Amino acid sequence: MAKPLTLFEKIWSAHEIHREDDGTSLLYVDRHFIHDGSRTAYNQLAKRGLGVRRPDLTFATPDHYVPTTSRAFEDVEGEDRKDMVASLTRNTRASGVTEFGLNDIRHGIVHVIGPEQGLSLPGMLILCGDSHTSTHGAVGALAFGIGASEVAHVLATQALWQRKPKTMRVVVEGKLGDGVSGKDLVLALIAQIGVNGATGHVIEYAGPAIEALSIEGRLTVCNMSIEAGARAGMVAPDETTFAYLRGKPHAPSGAEWDTAVARWRALRTDPGATFDREVRLDAGSIEPMVTWGNRPSEAIPVAAAIPDPAASDPAQRKLLGAALEYMDLRPGQRMTEVGVDYVFIGSCTNGRIEDLRAAAQVARGRRVAAGVKAIVVPGSGLVRQQAEREGLDRIFVEAGFEWRHSGCSMCLAVNGDTVPPGKRSASTSNRNFVGRQGPDARTHLVSPATAAATAVVGRFADHRSLTRQGG
Amino acid sequence: MGKFETLVATAAPMEARDINTDLIVPGRFLRRLREEGLGECLFRDLRFHEDGTPKPDFVLNRPPYRDAQILVANDNFACGSSREYAVYALYDYGIRCVIAPSFGDIFHNNCFKSGLLPVVLPEADVADLRAQAGTAQGKPFRVDLPSQTVTGPDGVARRFEIDAFRKKLLLAGQDEIAFTLSHGEKIAAFEAARAI
Ligand code: SF4
Repeated sequence: MAKPLTLFEKIWSAHEIHREDDGTSLLYVDRHFIHDGSRTAYNQLAKRGLGVRRPDLTFATPDHYVPTTSRAFEDVEGEDRKDMVASLTRNTRASGVTEFGLNDIRHGIVHVIGPEQGLSLPGMLILCGDSHTSTHGAVGALAFGIGASEVAHVLATQALWQRKPKTMRVVVEGKLGDGVSGKDLVLALIAQIGVNGATGHVIEYAGPAIEALSIEGRLTVCNMSIEAGARAGMVAPDETTFAYLRGKPHAPSGAEWDTAVARWRALRTDPGATFDREVRLDAGSIEPMVTWGNRPSEAIPVAAAIPDPAASDPAQRKLLGAALEYMDLRPGQRMTEVGVDYVFIGSCTNGRIEDLRAAAQVARGRRVAAGVKAIVVPGSGLVRQQAEREGLDRIFVEAGFEWRHSGCSMCLAVNGDTVPPGKRSASTSNRNFVGRQGPDARTHLVSPATAAATAVVGRFADHRSLTRQGG
Repeated sequence: MGKFETLVATAAPMEARDINTDLIVPGRFLRRLREEGLGECLFRDLRFHEDGTPKPDFVLNRPPYRDAQILVANDNFACGSSREYAVYALYDYGIRCVIAPSFGDIFHNNCFKSGLLPVVLPEADVADLRAQAGTAQGKPFRVDLPSQTVTGPDGVARRFEIDAFRKKLLLAGQDEIAFTLSHGEKIAAFEAARAI
């Protein structure tokens, strides 16, 4: 009998073009996404006089530097940002790559539009010059982030040199409680294994709680794999995946769809296949989470109190103390006593339709607390359109949230949407790093429902207590 | 691709673990042109106050370490964002080698493209090298790629592992894209077989 293989191993070996004696593999790339940070890579190509080998497998969107208050190129802030955006259009046009530009309804954050367009499919090897490329693994693909030189390499050759990573299975048993989301699950996981808990590994998420997640939920979980250091995160494709992908613009159709689904069904880890590491998590014990520090692992239930660094090991103590100081918090303080200035709902972690529905459900009929600036930034033009069809935009606007256009916005804060120094933000994004949302900004990571509840209460709040009383 | 062979230089110790690439070069500098140089953006907010004056406590602002070409860091160095600007910032500042117990995977890959050598050694060895860097008053470390060793001022050579493929490219300063294009036929055959 053939050796049982993991899902990862199946995809990896199907993409190996060549292997060097030391085990380094040259892999074929099925899909390459690029964004408005691709100027460096294109400049590298130009210097060498090289073109794009497979423009038909490459797709582009300007997401990092674009304004979210309008769709006008003139509103891109400053000449340097304009050049980032304009160079993408110029380079993609010259090389024949499809760009979903600012005025295209299909515009959006690269990791939102890949799955949404059916460009990210099971079994594919997907790359993008962005660490959150791990997101696309949610549809059963192997997807990971690369640097600018590797982007240039993939553009020129459609291939990439890689050392085979190790494998790790995260089994999530049981069932998530009502109102507990994929975001809470992945924050709880990172709190358990640490920010380098999965370094050098590709994670396969499995177990009943993962199977029960929607594709949106799985995208959120895979998105944050990188925050545990993982090379990639993936979920075996199943009926939920097929139902999500069916009819998507770039997904196969007709007879090709049936052939594809038959092939995709084999993309499962064989019984008896082994992983280098295995981690278990009980979904039933997970609460809505919030981070208090400057690493995504510094996450606690919203209702909990901030832990005392003195109780942790000496190697961590100094860092935790520095995080408390940066965040202007003290041990023992309850998160529900901490007030916020900004609320950001969006990003490639939580800018999809299901996320906006969850936030709108909490915001409905309520008002953003005085002194809080709250913005909702859909992950794509199509997410925005769908939300407007469902009337979510009205719910947000009536509650006092700003309703924006798609883009990365306050997640990385390089388009001009920043949190001012010393201000505190509840954000549905993925990084609470020092200075991430602007110099000296204080970022707390939460789910969309928690963000909405926090916006209306003005302090971190368990959204379940709001929806339970208020209905 | 940059070249690396041997390096004899001052090493600066950096104690904190989980230094992410946002700290190495903040997002607001990513729209600079590569050609403009990123050295002054390295560890920008750790190194400088908002008004641009240096923070005297930061290691690279202290006398023996200003010209350091080696950084002895801690666990999970350069985790987070894939920004290759983190490598450019270190390189443009003058750093040619970073020693740590572990690195963010993407950063580790990115290093080789510019000829910046990431050296992985066991935690205890790195702690020892960090301590030596802290007390050496600028006495040089030696990093030797052909023999795969790092030697601190104590004279003890510590061997590190590196993929043969990467070592070969680094020693030759070989351009990776050119090397891959020499495999062009294999790529074409793969495409033909899979009808991609
Ligand atoms: S939303 Fe944030 S994490 Fe996602 S691609 Fe944009 S900047 Fe990166």
